[in-house]
Amino acid sequence: MTNLIIHFSKYVIIVLMIFYTLYSFLVFTYDDEERQASLYRKQNVLTLLFHFICFLVIYLEEPKIETIYFYGAQVVFFLAAIILYTTLYPRIARVILNHMLMLLSIGLVMITRLRFEQGIRQFVFMVLALAVSLIVPVIVRKVRSLAELRLIYGIVGVVSLLAVLVAGGISNGAKLGFTIGPVNIQPSEFVKLLFVFFVASSLYKKRDFRNVCITTIVAAAHVLILVISRDLGAALIIFVVYLVMLYCATGKFVYPLAGLAAGSIAAFGAYHLFSHVQARVIAWKDPIASYDEQGYQVAQSLFAIGTGGWFGMGLCQGMPETIPVATSDFIFSALCEEMGIFFGLCLILICLSCYMMFLNVAMKFRSVFYKLVALGLGTCYIAQTFLNIGGVIKFIPSTGVTLPLVSYGGSSLISTMVMFAIVQGLYLLREDEERIIEKKRQKSR
Amino acid sequence: MKRNGKNPDDFHIEILDFNQDRDVYDGSLEENIINQVEEPSVIPAKPRPSRRRRAENLEDFQEEKLPPSPKEKARRKRNRQLTALTYGFVALFICMMAYLVYYNQVRARSFIRDPHNARLDSMAEHVVRGPVLDQNGHVLAETQTSDDGTMYRSYPYGSLFAHVVGYDSKGKAGLESAFNFELLTSHASFFEQIQNDLKSQKNPGDTVITSLDSDLQETAAAALGSSKGAVVAIEPDTGKILSMYSNPTFDPATVAANWDALTNDEDSALLNRVTQGAYAPGSTFKIVTALEYLRENGSDSNYAYDCNGSFTYSDTTIHCYNNTAHGMETLESSFANSCNASFVNIGLHLNASKYRDSAQELLFNRKLPCPFNAKKSRFDVDKNTGPGELMMTAMGQGNTQISPYHLALIGCAVANDGLLMKPYLVTEIQNDRQKTVKKYSPKSYRELMSSDEAAVLQRYMRSVVTSGTGQALNTSMYTAACKTGTAEYSSDKTKSHSLFVGYANAEHPDIVVAVVVENADQSGVSAVSIAKSLFDAYYSK
Repeated sequence: MTNLIIHFSKYVIIVLMIFYTLYSFLVFTYDDEERQASLYRKQNVLTLLFHFICFLVIYLEEPKIETIYFYGAQVVFFLAAIILYTTLYPRIARVILNHMLMLLSIGLVMITRLRFEQGIRQFVFMVLALAVSLIVPVIVRKVRSLAELRLIYGIVGVVSLLAVLVAGGISNGAKLGFTIGPVNIQPSEFVKLLFVFFVASSLYKKRDFRNVCITTIVAAAHVLILVISRDLGAALIIFVVYLVMLYCATGKFVYPLAGLAAGSIAAFGAYHLFSHVQARVIAWKDPIASYDEQGYQVAQSLFAIGTGGWFGMGLCQGMPETIPVATSDFIFSALCEEMGIFFGLCLILICLSCYMMFLNVAMKFRSVFYKLVALGLGTCYIAQTFLNIGGVIKFIPSTGVTLPLVSYGGSSLISTMVMFAIVQGLYLLREDEERIIEKKRQKSR
Repeated sequence: MKRNGKNPDDFHIEILDFNQDRDVYDGSLEENIINQVEEPSVIPAKPRPSRRRRAENLEDFQEEKLPPSPKEKARRKRNRQLTALTYGFVALFICMMAYLVYYNQVRARSFIRDPHNARLDSMAEHVVRGPVLDQNGHVLAETQTSDDGTMYRSYPYGSLFAHVVGYDSKGKAGLESAFNFELLTSHASFFEQIQNDLKSQKNPGDTVITSLDSDLQETAAAALGSSKGAVVAIEPDTGKILSMYSNPTFDPATVAANWDALTNDEDSALLNRVTQGAYAPGSTFKIVTALEYLRENGSDSNYAYDCNGSFTYSDTTIHCYNNTAHGMETLESSFANSCNASFVNIGLHLNASKYRDSAQELLFNRKLPCPFNAKKSRFDVDKNTGPGELMMTAMGQGNTQISPYHLALIGCAVANDGLLMKPYLVTEIQNDRQKTVKKYSPKSYRELMSSDEAAVLQRYMRSVVTSGTGQALNTSMYTAACKTGTAEYSSDKTKSHSLFVGYANAEHPDIVVAVVVENADQSGVSAVSIAKSLFDAYYSK
């Protein structure tokens, strides 16, 4: 009977996931708010159902009482998140909230299945992040001086990156963060957000050549420090975010073009200067040929995805533990191996849907500052998602970034949840903006 | 344009600023358009009002400035970059998703077979390794359970299929390695799998059905006898491999037990000589030389050569076999007689770089299409090659090396009017109840020569049988066509390998055979006689 449930579950999981994904795009075609709301509720039900089935399988594979308690705590967390968000902010963007919860639950399932104690740590961070993220929308909505803090954003960003470079601990050959007691903090995860605010506050008023130059120098400082710390992924994300924001702020195609040219030259130089950059490219070209050294990670990742196939091996039926850092950077391969490529494709679509929502918020803004913030955060999110998934499926060389909300890692988790909360704040702000305009129009009539 | 960040109305001001600032920016088209639309009311007639005042006026501004339609237009214009970006990232993600699908559909099957993939071993914990059958359903390999319940791999034909079917231990080889994944995958019915799960039994692995013919394989082994060498038979119009035998051979069931002895074996019994052997092609290479002559000269109608038994150029002298003087010859009779002098004469006048191109089109120095890892053949002549080496190469000596498998592929291309079909061994995968899981159908690989060129070579190879060195095959049972070869492999000119490539029937080729017999001078076993045994066996059914 147990075997039957475990076998059957993988198909159920895929069906749930497909429906969830369909709903998240279907909702755009509904105008009726009632119908939209019912779809959102259905999405929550699907998430909880998915979560239940996965934990049932995990429990059946290894019946431990802790698993049940842990599951219970998670359900309480999800319900609390839904209720708190929707009562505190009734006009919130439900799609973004639902996606956040779905991605969190997917991550929790896989991390718990791989390493129970990491699952618990992840959950603790999640609760913390929820608490923080609940007040973020109020701050975004009410604190009007966010646009004026350009100096603070820039200085805090550069200084904290420098601090990591000087005093940070080394993990996997890269200087990523500090270890304080049991917690390892990666400032670069938070600097990404600060950087978006920095660029937005710098470019929303003045876009003359001089100001663009100053902003570019600060941005280049960010990227350089990250490259020297060997945090290539974060460097790339900041680079892309800056080009995108600069392009949209100025409307001039020359800037990103010049940026891309400079970036290409820099990448070429980095490839010839740094062996760790070469290693990534070698592994990407032929992971099997370089299996004993550079290619190991990517080869294991591809073994996992390929062996899993369309439908996956079934939860707890594969060997994702053979993939290095399966809970963080390579969690997408672990998910594909056990839940299948269909599941993986749906996951990609959900991430894409998040991005489209972010950009949607950006487009509707009339205020340039907030528009740029929404755009920057969206770009930051999608660039990281692309670098992560593209890297593990060997579409591009891997750069060692996490999959936002899904991967294990406290800093990444908290910063992404804060990012989502900021966008929620912007969404509300944009509705305020619209309401003001509407009100004034009516008054004048 | 400084502003007070703490002013609660600042938000509104910002909207206003956004529009007014537009005047300041040296602007893109987009901004100009906004200004055109907004012009009449944007610029206040009087001097710029105080911050406070402007904020109060906001509502009027909003309404009049932006009537719905132009407002929407302006917004779209403003969002042009954002829209482009969104589309860009969406396109990027679609590419990425397509790549994931492509990887799984096209690349994954061969990728995950890699022995480094630990997952394949774990599959054996849940699945009983499936059997391998020949085309008539004879079992070539299967898993059996001994009395004490342990499972072991059994090979009913012993050492006969050792190289092609391979072994399931010590890193695996042959089909056991190449189709490891399929053999360890179960497509038993859902219901059966559930039953097995409930009973905690392993599921039956899938059956791999090959195109191999055990009768032909037995014939090849018997004909080769104790001689070292290789025999391969392929259907030229489909690419199905019917037989692949390499001698000396070994017992695949005891590979693990005899591993040390096998790896230190002087005769390299583990080596699949069909795909991994490298031999001087000898006169079989005259197929390539003749083809190159035809390509450079258009036709053979102007070729004539008077053979007196040897050919000398500067200080190199090449002799015909047994110093036979063949007299006046056309290209066709030179080919049939396998006249070294005539072919050396041709070689000396060939364009070396075009010669190299032709050889490479025939897959020399190239990765061969093969179910296993096949050795690349070697062809060294290029534009820097001297005449001595060119002469040797033209008659199949020199540095050129070929595997018996590659020789057969060239035979297949000639027999199939120039088009090489992709060779394959496995025709079908079935589940434990003989239900087809997957069928493999013939696929063309590449046209190695034009059909006109193939037609000329077919004629030449036919005359080898009717009037040349292959007359042993001249029988009424079938119409064979072939090229024979004797390759010296050391400085001692009497030591030689015997080679053969040929097919039958000449009119409609059913089977291509390639044979290499090592040290044929000592054993007296010629490749052509082995080929004859195979053709006889094939057509006597």
